[in-house]
Amino acid sequence: MAETAAVALNEVVVAFRVARGGTFTAVDRATLRVADGEFVAIVGPTGCGKSTLLNIAAGLLTPYAGGAEIFGAPLAGLNTQAGYLFQADALFPWKTALDNVAIGLEIAGTSPADAKPRAHEWLKRVCLGAFADRYPHMLSGGQRKRVGLAQVLIRDPKILLMDEPFGPLDAQTRQIMGNLLLDLWSADRKAVLFVTHDLEEAIALSDRVVIMSAGPSSRMIGDWRVPLPRPRDIGEVKLSPAFHDLHREIWHSLKAEVLKGYAQAEVA
Amino acid sequence: MARLNLLALQVFVAIVTIAIWYVLSTYPVFGKIVLPPFFFSTPVDVAKQVAAWFASGVIWKHLWVTLLESILAFIIGSIGGVLVGFLFALLPRLAAVFDPYIKMVNALPRVVLAPIFTLWLGLGIWSKVALGVTLVFFIVFFNVYQGIREVSPTVLANARMLGMNGWQLMRHVYWPSAMSWMFSSLHTSVGFAVVGAVVGEYLGAAAGLGYLIQQAEGVFDVAGVFAGMFVLAAFVIVIDFVVTLIERRLLIWRPAVGDQRP
Repeated sequence: MAETAAVALNEVVVAFRVARGGTFTAVDRATLRVADGEFVAIVGPTGCGKSTLLNIAAGLLTPYAGGAEIFGAPLAGLNTQAGYLFQADALFPWKTALDNVAIGLEIAGTSPADAKPRAHEWLKRVCLGAFADRYPHMLSGGQRKRVGLAQVLIRDPKILLMDEPFGPLDAQTRQIMGNLLLDLWSADRKAVLFVTHDLEEAIALSDRVVIMSAGPSSRMIGDWRVPLPRPRDIGEVKLSPAFHDLHREIWHSLKAEVLKGYAQAEVA
Repeated sequence: MARLNLLALQVFVAIVTIAIWYVLSTYPVFGKIVLPPFFFSTPVDVAKQVAAWFASGVIWKHLWVTLLESILAFIIGSIGGVLVGFLFALLPRLAAVFDPYIKMVNALPRVVLAPIFTLWLGLGIWSKVALGVTLVFFIVFFNVYQGIREVSPTVLANARMLGMNGWQLMRHVYWPSAMSWMFSSLHTSVGFAVVGAVVGEYLGAAAGLGYLIQQAEGVFDVAGVFAGMFVLAAFVIVIDFVVTLIERRLLIWRPAVGDQRP
């Protein structure tokens, strides 16, 4: 590839030492490139190490072998160009929604007087303008995710890493959040690496879907382009024949891995 | 309406208890007084004693001394607990070295330290403050230590991904978390500050509520002992009320029990 990728994972191996001197290989030689402005989804069965790969791209985890490159430069330490949306609640419970969003700017040295109005703008963009004074426990799960999204995006990261961010939400809220994400993303097209176990969500959102095999020693086993036109509405795109064809094709190869994953989980 | 009802019932319990006490300590049942006034006093005598203290104003000095000792014990113990809690949470090696000694001192009944403090610091307020500090310190210390170690890993990872450096992590993550744990134990630590002050006074002092009770006991003045206990109880309730107000203000971001949304 001539263009330098926003995120490049080169032959990444993730292994943990286990008792009695052995090693457990979670991810085996995974290679992945995410071009600038590209929306890539990683789909795989439970426990295949897709979140682990995301943590490596974030610099939260150092691989056993192989490495990550961010815009061509080897990643050492935390990935400062990335914003990370976590699966679990990651908001600061002792800060209001507004302060939670403003903190990203304040850390970087913006004065609170400048940061607060901008944070308010972002809260409005995620449709929470009226909830600025609420603490996280007073918000619903979907609202907390919106605050999280604003918290990450206000820093304007070049790369967006998302770890099943809409996992705990109900189906309707997921669809609304997906559309909101696409809406915000289309404004400036960051590189996105989106981890999910939901194939439909992956296809509806992304430009490319990467499939991982069941763990241990999981690998990339498939890479599909999603030729659906943008802008998309998630509810509508799921009704198009092209979506169904692609879904059937990918599911065909994913199904065997999902069953393998279950079988292994039961043995363990 | 429900609140008023509750208050009425609470007052009712107090009236019934005092009435039973009054009847049994004043009127003979089958020719015998069940609660002899020499051992149990009577509500009237106790009320008279309390009224006399407030009328003469002598009680204010004792209340002030106990309050001052409690406040000082709470402040010094809390500062110590926060500092050591942070130090140990951030330097696990240090914590590991001191762990058995912390456990040892904490297991020690603090009353046995009172004579030592009296020897070292005299009969004034500082020996009582020291006793209160040894009680408050450990509660605050354990809570701060726990608060720092129990920061959610996701919140911590999020803070780091948002670009926080060590100092910012301290200010925006560790400190609020430690404070929330400390504040949630505020009732206990304030209570122990009062216990330290009163027990210290009881064991040897020149002023304070504990001293007042001990003096009354010394001359078999049971009415005085009960009166001292009532003043102390009222004092503790007022302090507890103030702590509740402070707590409500400080922990506004925390969900009330059962109020957590999924």
